[in-house]
Amino acid sequence: MKNKSLISINDYSKEEYLKILDIAEEFEKQPTQNILNDYVIASLFFEPSTRTRLSFESAVNRLGGHIVGFTDASSSSVKKGESLKDTIKTVSNYSDLIVMRHPVEGSARFASEVASVPVINAGDGANQHPTQCLLDLYSIRKTQGTLDNLNVAFVGDLKYGRTVHSLVIALSDCNCTFHLVSPVELKLPSSVKRFIKDKNLKYYQYTDINEVIPKVDILYMTRIQRERFADPLEYERVKNSYVLKNDMLENSKDNLKILHPLPRVNEISEDVDTNPKAYYFQQALNGVYVREALIASILGLK
Amino acid sequence: MNDNQLRKELKVTAIENGTVIDHIPSKSVFRVIKILGLDNIDNQILFGTHLDSKKYGDKGLIKVSNKYFKSEEINKIALAAPSATLIVIKNYKVIEKRQVEIPDTITGIVKCFNPKCITNNQNVTTRFKVIDKEDIKLHCHYCEKITKKENIQFI
Repeated sequence: MKNKSLISINDYSKEEYLKILDIAEEFEKQPTQNILNDYVIASLFFEPSTRTRLSFESAVNRLGGHIVGFTDASSSSVKKGESLKDTIKTVSNYSDLIVMRHPVEGSARFASEVASVPVINAGDGANQHPTQCLLDLYSIRKTQGTLDNLNVAFVGDLKYGRTVHSLVIALSDCNCTFHLVSPVELKLPSSVKRFIKDKNLKYYQYTDINEVIPKVDILYMTRIQRERFADPLEYERVKNSYVLKNDMLENSKDNLKILHPLPRVNEISEDVDTNPKAYYFQQALNGVYVREALIASILGLK
Repeated sequence: MNDNQLRKELKVTAIENGTVIDHIPSKSVFRVIKILGLDNIDNQILFGTHLDSKKYGDKGLIKVSNKYFKSEEINKIALAAPSATLIVIKNYKVIEKRQVEIPDTITGIVKCFNPKCITNNQNVTTRFKVIDKEDIKLHCHYCEKITKKENIQFI
């Protein structure tokens, strides 16, 4: 993976992403290592982010590396009208690796083509967020011991949720069965279902979350956003039908784990947080190990 | 020679050497000229629109003297003129005749239909993989969205 940009989860084969997960396991055992002393990592956040930016910066700091960059576009030359191409070409001169979040779809792919150093996509609009996908895969493998042959439920906004799309695509290589729970207007797009069908895997669609809880190994919750609905009444109607409460988990499997990319609003009630099946905060921590592994791997240090 | 043949002769003169692009939809003739960059070359060009066609009723046609196109060059016009036929002429004789084919990738001819795509926001040349040649579906190399036939807009 040396010098290979990560823009979309499809850029890595199953073998390649499993390798990253293996390296991440090593970092979990020993998260602080002085291997990035001689490296400068550019962290370019053209739009705000909490978890992604902080976990990237935490990963770089734990490995002894140095960070240059900005946390929103208004404190950079972008405000003066500089093109993305010029910004990236300039920053390539100052760093060994670029981590970038940008609101425009496809911006990361373009950046990787003009940069002289590798680029990691930390989210390009509604398109891709591959490091979230890697940490989701890591969390699933860690809690289930495998990625293969699992029953995985996705709940909430399956239409616009980029993390759902990437994870479905990656798990399509793992012979999983998919349980898709959403309001009718937020069903998984056919462009993503195509990946499931291409591998001849099964998927089932539901509108009631209670139906899937006893069946699955992983329950992947997502936030339903108000702005996705043309009719505000429709939003009010569906928003409370996809809320997970602790008593709903009574008949769930022992090995069930609940994941959520965060931030959560009300879709997981706080009484679930203390249930041992809740895994979303640990999941966010895993993001540091996975990003350490990715950076070390791309720089050829692991 | 009857009147009909005479008229045809006057409308579309034969060329000695070069390429004839036949069966272009009349409305696409100028677009094809642009896509192939024919407006910037020194060769002699004859073209016509709304000519009689046995096959399609109405057609356009372009003749370029002393110019031969590579397949990947001519296939660029396939989206604008899928029915076009390419005829290679040497010494007034037809040497080759074939249909244009939709290529595997399309660069810089079509707009991505996604307004949030980088190609619609910065100076970036569009690039698509053709994932369905029958029903024309173009997968954007950048934003990864699919532009369908009914949404195709030429640049």
